Amino acid sequence: MPEVLRVVVAGDATGPVLALDEPLSFWGGFESETGTIIDQAHPQVGECLAGRVVTMTVGRGSSSASTVLAEAIRRGTAPAALVMTELDEIIALGAIVAEELYALTMPVVIVDEATMKAVAQAVSATLHSAGSITLVTEVS
Amino acid sequence: MASAPRAPGYGDPMPLALEPHDQAMLSGDDGPAVMLAMRVIVRLAETMGAEALLDISGAHIDSCLYHGEAGLDFAQRLAGQGARVQVPATLNVSSLDLLHPELYRGDAHTRDQALALMAAYEEMGCRTTWTCAPYQLDDRPGFGDHIAWAESNAIVFANSVLGARTHRYGDFVDICCAITGRAPAAGLHLDENRQGEVAFDVSAIPGRLLSLDVAYPVIGHHLGRVAGSRLPVIVGLPEATSEDRLKAIGSAAASSGTVGMFHAVGSTPEAPTLDDAVGGRSVPVESISMEDLRNARDRLSTSSSNTLGAVSLGTPHYSVAELGRLVELLDGRRVDPGVHAYTSTGRDVAMEIGLRGWDSILAAAGVQIVTDTCTYITPILGDFEGVAMTDSAKWAYYAPGNMGIDVVFGSLEDCVESAVAGEVRRDHTVWSDA
Repeated sequence: MPEVLRVVVAGDATGPVLALDEPLSFWGGFESETGTIIDQAHPQVGECLAGRVVTMTVGRGSSSASTVLAEAIRRGTAPAALVMTELDEIIALGAIVAEELYALTMPVVIVDEATMKAVAQAVSATLHSAGSITLVTEVS
Repeated sequence: MASAPRAPGYGDPMPLALEPHDQAMLSGDDGPAVMLAMRVIVRLAETMGAEALLDISGAHIDSCLYHGEAGLDFAQRLAGQGARVQVPATLNVSSLDLLHPELYRGDAHTRDQALALMAAYEEMGCRTTWTCAPYQLDDRPGFGDHIAWAESNAIVFANSVLGARTHRYGDFVDICCAITGRAPAAGLHLDENRQGEVAFDVSAIPGRLLSLDVAYPVIGHHLGRVAGSRLPVIVGLPEATSEDRLKAIGSAAASSGTVGMFHAVGSTPEAPTLDDAVGGRSVPVESISMEDLRNARDRLSTSSSNTLGAVSLGTPHYSVAELGRLVELLDGRRVDPGVHAYTSTGRDVAMEIGLRGWDSILAAAGVQIVTDTCTYITPILGDFEGVAMTDSAKWAYYAPGNMGIDVVFGSLEDCVESAVAGEVRRDHTVWSDA
């Protein structure tokens, strides 16, 4: 069972995996009403992030991403969890404030590249608040 | 359970040591709003591996731009519980142009929510500057000042051009820092994180192109994509590159990437030499080619149509010098009646150009000045056929997704000639190899 390097926001979460091919800016690139990617330049434009364990190496762009992510968590259109290889404070803030305001938790964890690859190739993933990840690699 | 290897920087950090007053704020001694603010700062500081908090001398607040209930809930919680800023705090753009309210074409509910958000920040004692370019205000931070700034282009300008020190703060924590006067002693506040990690050499770019404004947003756009999370140093730019050009590099790089600071050798204050910029270490050097820049330029346009519907300038908010250049290029001519032309700027700069009489010149030329907000974050652009043109890499990057429109990037000269002609006209010769 892979372990995470750092738990940014702790929590349990499970969902189908969506591996982003490129970083996404939640502001300008994502619509909190629907949870979909709207960045026309993003290779996965149109994909829905809601309820999925989303892997993204690093965040990108605007400071406003914190608010958009918090709003998505409030609406229930946010990812189930975010798995990243680098800390992104702007994303962390969105998740921290949603938890402080609404007691809604979207776990955010940092993993190494090997774990990232394993999660990205999995069908679904379960994050445990203590900092480990269970992967399902085939559809049963 | 097998333990994973620890990556550099992600080991077990020293615990965060709070000073007595930090601890008191966290315990609620200064009321529930300050307690909430301090909780957010402490959680962020722990995430960043900070060992302490530090005093800040100012803040720039991005959270005043409306993106939904969550932002309003947070601001109204803080303001309603009596929070007041402890350091001077400027406000970023909002969703509304208070000086030209008739430009707003969105729905009344969103407008009312946006106004409520703006009112909450005003109530907390923030200055109603409503600009994404607070570095163009008179009392901007100085070299070495610790500040808490949000708004990606302002962050990169403060760190790179002013030599002030702010981490890449997002919404929410900006106001938390202003309310407590404290920020995590981590990230770009610390010397060791301000050294260049990779150098980009632009010596292969013809001096003729580097003498033009249009080179700089394109260099920045490329830089953001290739630098990743490494702090970039640009080598080979002309000495003392202007603030407006450095602003164009930074805002573009902060949109296409995560750049929170860059050095430009010979132009930015912490980079008199490459050796100074990298702290004497050896770093990889990557060359930027004309091919790289042409590709970056091409990625900034989503259409090859010549049908022009709108021109939007002033992202980030134009400086007095940039507006002066616009007036000069218009040279008394009028924008074609079929083209909507806008330029965004801060209300302080708008007042200054009014004193110079440029506001009436721009109005007579058919250019609408937009203050307090920006044309790609709120419905201002009128209905039009065809593409929107801009000289801003940031606007070109975000407008297609935000507004659902096609964008063509060009120089300010291209934008003005196109606006006057009523169709897209671009000078491609400046992008040739020699």
